Amino acid sequence: MNFEKIRDIIAEQTGKDAEEITMETSVKDDLEADSLDLFQIINDIEDEFDIKIEDVENIKTVGDVVKLVDELSQK
Amino acid sequence: MYFSKLIATGACVPKTVISNQKLSELVDTSDEWISSRTGIRNRHFAQTENASDLAIGTARQILSRCQIAPEDIDLIIVATVSGDYTTPSVACLVQAAIGAKNALAFDISAACSGFIFGLSVADKYIRAGIYKNALIIGSELLSKYLNFNDRSTCVLFGDGSGGAMVVRSDEPGLLCEALGSDGERGLSLTCGHVPTSSPFNGLPRGTDPYVHMDGRVIFDFATRTVPKSVEEMLEKQGVGIEDIDLVVPHQANSRIVEIISRKLKIPMEKFYLNMHEYANTSSASIPIALNELVENGRITPGMTVLFCGFGAGLTWGNMLIRM
Repeated sequence: MNFEKIRDIIAEQTGKDAEEITMETSVKDDLEADSLDLFQIINDIEDEFDIKIEDVENIKTVGDVVKLVDELSQK
Repeated sequence: MYFSKLIATGACVPKTVISNQKLSELVDTSDEWISSRTGIRNRHFAQTENASDLAIGTARQILSRCQIAPEDIDLIIVATVSGDYTTPSVACLVQAAIGAKNALAFDISAACSGFIFGLSVADKYIRAGIYKNALIIGSELLSKYLNFNDRSTCVLFGDGSGGAMVVRSDEPGLLCEALGSDGERGLSLTCGHVPTSSPFNGLPRGTDPYVHMDGRVIFDFATRTVPKSVEEMLEKQGVGIEDIDLVVPHQANSRIVEIISRKLKIPMEKFYLNMHEYANTSSASIPIALNELVENGRITPGMTVLFCGFGAGLTWGNMLIRM
């Protein structure tokens, strides 16, 4: 499932425990990820799912990322 | 058969150091924000110097460290995007200041890849037997192009100059290179834009010569395109990681260098970083670092050093040099 893969990529990039990451987890506040961390996470996700994520500015939570991936990988 | 090798280096940076702390008195930022995202702690800003003054300082230091008389210099190339004038070139101004009356002098515009592009051009002139030596300098006065109301860019850059004397040799110093450009992404990092205007088209004179950067595109470029180009060059040349003694990357952002290190599987211990002191000095970044390494004895003759320039253009220039 997309969420698990995304969660694992985020866990690896941020050094956080995968179990602590949920759909509601905030990228900036809970994960303490800055813009560079987010860019790297998005790049790893793009590589993993073979998609291109254009709109990064509106990503606030892990759920936002999963939604984007779900939309883009359907195409 | 002729090859090119480096025989002397030099640098010249403004004395005035502006720390992140000092910068945050003017700009809504902090030492923590800047250093955690970029590794930058200080930058040097000119007081009265312009790009040519720094380049001349570098040239004089290089001349004091090698046996070549000014009138025997064949070629002067200054890599810059922030010259005193669009014309005359900074290289011509350097020529006049040091009395290199027989030299061909011109500037190269390739931003942070500029010094590598300069070395590459000089190498071809030397290999073709046309010139015996070349003074290659990177010099930037970026502070005059920084918008201090834009904290996303003004914290990243500094002023400075560095360079090297390259000469003809029987044995290669310059072992291999891989240069490239991607104009399609060119507008994601701009500086010094001067729009069209005249009384006859009614368009207004420009008011925005400042640095503008699309962070995501540049991040993408630096962490995907750049490591790929290095990998391809090393593979083509049959060079393994164990053959590389030191890596001198463009000094823009330490987080990006860490990602490049990871992707290339070259340990961070082999990377030299000094952006904490100078920030991003574009074309001067690599030669300032190179000069430091020579001055502090960390680079010794016989070492194999990998240089990775990358930046606006977009451009990149990788070069493997036996020192």
